[in-house]
Amino acid sequence: MKLHDPLTRYVVRLGDDALIMGHRLSEWMSRAPFLEEDIALSNVALDFVGRARLFYQYAADLMGGEVTENTFAYQRDVRDFTNLLLCELPRGDFAFTLCRQFLYDAYSLPFTQALCKSADSQLAAIAAKAEKESRYHLRRSRDWMLRLGDGTAESHERCQNALDQLWIYTDEMFECDALLDGLIATGVAVNTASLRSEWLATVTETLHAATLVIPEAQGGVTGGREGIHTDDLGFLLAEMQFMQRAYPGLQW
Amino acid sequence: MSDQLQLYEVFIRSSRGLDHKHVGSLHADDAHQALEYARDVYTRRGEGISIWVVASRDITASQESDCDSFYDPLDDKPYRHAAMYELPEGIDSL
Repeated sequence: MKLHDPLTRYVVRLGDDALIMGHRLSEWMSRAPFLEEDIALSNVALDFVGRARLFYQYAADLMGGEVTENTFAYQRDVRDFTNLLLCELPRGDFAFTLCRQFLYDAYSLPFTQALCKSADSQLAAIAAKAEKESRYHLRRSRDWMLRLGDGTAESHERCQNALDQLWIYTDEMFECDALLDGLIATGVAVNTASLRSEWLATVTETLHAATLVIPEAQGGVTGGREGIHTDDLGFLLAEMQFMQRAYPGLQW
Repeated sequence: MSDQLQLYEVFIRSSRGLDHKHVGSLHADDAHQALEYARDVYTRRGEGISIWVVASRDITASQESDCDSFYDPLDDKPYRHAAMYELPEGIDSL
């Protein structure tokens, strides 16, 4: 599926981030450390899937014809997805999932705040809803960073290991490309590069309070925005898309 | 984070003017986290506007075995009950 219109590509990109993140979180359902956390994680997963639906519905409206939100979720291949690599990494242990979530939430809150001011009124409306969710997500994941980082020796070690593995994937959040440059110029897209200092301030403050160390690794891994993904996204899609691939158009 | 989770009782007030009602309990590491979980576990369908959480161990409860001495003596004092009053029209909760 090739998309040409810049706005549609941007909207789908945002939808992809939300759907893949939501799916990774949903993998924890019935597997979280305890019941209360299971429900809380599922709530966050639902927030992201709901966000993906809003973006995909808007993209479907922009494209017209037979395309629906499901087309984007279930009928595209790995190379068509343009989500951040950070979102698709396997869920790992609980510390890995929460560290990923924190690094993303610390980006997502200022991002949705900035998107509220988009020249595109539909994007601004979706962002207004997402911003409230992100505020809660960040409070939750930051809280877990403090508990795990400043917790037992094992939780601290697992948390630090997760951060060390995740760090090289954070650069991609602030990457600009030709698509973004064009849409930033017209006031539609968020200039993600400008969010970096706020993100780093949040992360630095939290990791310090959690007795964790900011990884030194430099040079980020990117490619997600061009459809160049890790092997893991293919397995994720194989599971997520199975039903629609096996029984096209299935409804229940 | 400690190894053992604590049990908390959750009270939710559904709208302004009403009182907090006990809705259930949950496990959490501390009161702050209990409040967050109470939001996730008990207000998923917009049930409340205010939440209280109380550590279950802080509640002192009457015992079933004390029922006779606690409550029975009240049964023959009907003048203490407000059963004779009729609620004015338009008042739903008192």
